[in-house]
Amino acid sequence: MSDSKTYDGPPDYRNVGLHGMSPETSHDEKARFNFLAHLNRHLAANILPGVKTAYETRVKPNNSSPAHRHDVRKALLEDPLFQNWSALRRGTMELRQQAGRWVTIRQAESLNAKAKEMTDGDARLVLDPNLIIPNYLAKIDHHCMPGSYHDELVPGDVTGAANYDVGIFVTTGGGLGRFSDGGGEAVVAWMKKNRPDFAPKRILDIGGGLGQNVVPIAKAYPDAEVVCVDTGAPVLRYGLARAKSMGVENITFVQANAEDLSMYEDGHFDWVQSTMFLHETSVKAMPRIMKESHRLLAPGGLVMHVEQPQYAKDMPLYEQAIRDWDAFYNNEPFWTKMHELDLDQWMIDAGFERGELLHGGVAAVVDADLFPQHANDEVEDFGRKAAWHIVGAEKRAA
Amino acid sequence: MSTLDPLKLAGAKPKGKRPFFFKDQDVERVLAVTMAIAQEVGVMRERLDTVERLLEEKGTVTRADIEAYTPAKPVAEERGAWTQEYLARILRVYQQEIEGLDKPNEASSEEIGHELAQKD
Repeated sequence: MSDSKTYDGPPDYRNVGLHGMSPETSHDEKARFNFLAHLNRHLAANILPGVKTAYETRVKPNNSSPAHRHDVRKALLEDPLFQNWSALRRGTMELRQQAGRWVTIRQAESLNAKAKEMTDGDARLVLDPNLIIPNYLAKIDHHCMPGSYHDELVPGDVTGAANYDVGIFVTTGGGLGRFSDGGGEAVVAWMKKNRPDFAPKRILDIGGGLGQNVVPIAKAYPDAEVVCVDTGAPVLRYGLARAKSMGVENITFVQANAEDLSMYEDGHFDWVQSTMFLHETSVKAMPRIMKESHRLLAPGGLVMHVEQPQYAKDMPLYEQAIRDWDAFYNNEPFWTKMHELDLDQWMIDAGFERGELLHGGVAAVVDADLFPQHANDEVEDFGRKAAWHIVGAEKRAA
Repeated sequence: MSTLDPLKLAGAKPKGKRPFFFKDQDVERVLAVTMAIAQEVGVMRERLDTVERLLEEKGTVTRADIEAYTPAKPVAEERGAWTQEYLARILRVYQQEIEGLDKPNEASSEEIGHELAQKD
């Protein structure tokens, strides 16, 4: 190691926290995750800044006054450095999926058996085999993850969920902490700081996947009944087994579409949470999801949607175009439209008053001895930084 | 043993048409293969580093030792720094292109040679 520079790279994969559903990884499989975390970091730290210079020095002069981020992106597509960075970034995601799937599918039988043993007959796993997967999830495999959150290779499969779990370290270079829960921890920290007396009885997490962000919430509010809703049976099965193995017993995992949660009465929940979820829906689904969130919220309750920042008017078009990369080239198709919407207006259309809306910013809360704190990081992997905006609302007490 | 074929399934294509960025898609395919090999070289180097450290520590090494090895934080940082150095080496061509971006009219050796060959 050079003695002239403090180490600023990703931590070793061996620092990732293990739980009862963690797949076994060999030495070389860990090394592969390490390499890929470094490669993502290298692309963000050393090549992406060059793409910006390329834009300013040789793209922008020939494309004066772009009116929209799509004009910037289309001009960038002609630039060799953007092409190379994009090809490398796409290829790295494909390598990450292959590495994680290899690890989890080679031990499918034992992982699936473990999940079955931990969830069979448990009332906290509520699956609906007749649920129709909504088109925004069925049409494309998000972030190039074959099978997405819902496909099963065999009955009772959890390998897709396990792959998603092990790979978060790679994509964020460890930025989400030991249990990839830096987002959930951040939401808890925000709540404890801003609403120290809030004591929710029932909490709903929509699109919560394998529950990595709702586990810290459930731990912080141990007396609350927590419900994690998702459309994918594999993530829910895995999520319950994972949470239980971590000693978290107050979460029920429910297979349902967040557009229709009619099984719950009006005002059933004191807190409705979504973390990096809305961008994987659609313009048709979002009003229904937001109306359901409003309906389900008890007076005095809070709804919080956590996402990457919206494309505000003061955000440079270049930054918007780079943030859009995942939408066009990493199978996050709704990302681009979602980030230009006036979320405040959508919340108002769903039934909230403007005076009830709240906004904030949060950054991943991680064990800083072992994991990088991206909030203070000068390197920004646009769209993937472990820091987010909150758009929410607080329903007035009756 | 799993009844699934992990090797085939691991590399499965995700739903959604794959984008290509280069004018010649074959060049992009070669880049993808090259980076996959770079990944495997990185894996081998980490394994070699593990073997060396175990040998230094114990004088012998078994495969089980390799599998169980966990580097202490300073060691993990040394290994991480090596990976950074390795990536900087193999992706050098991009560094040099980026450093040249603000010098679009930089003279080439041929041009300078021509100039130096002039009497006045």
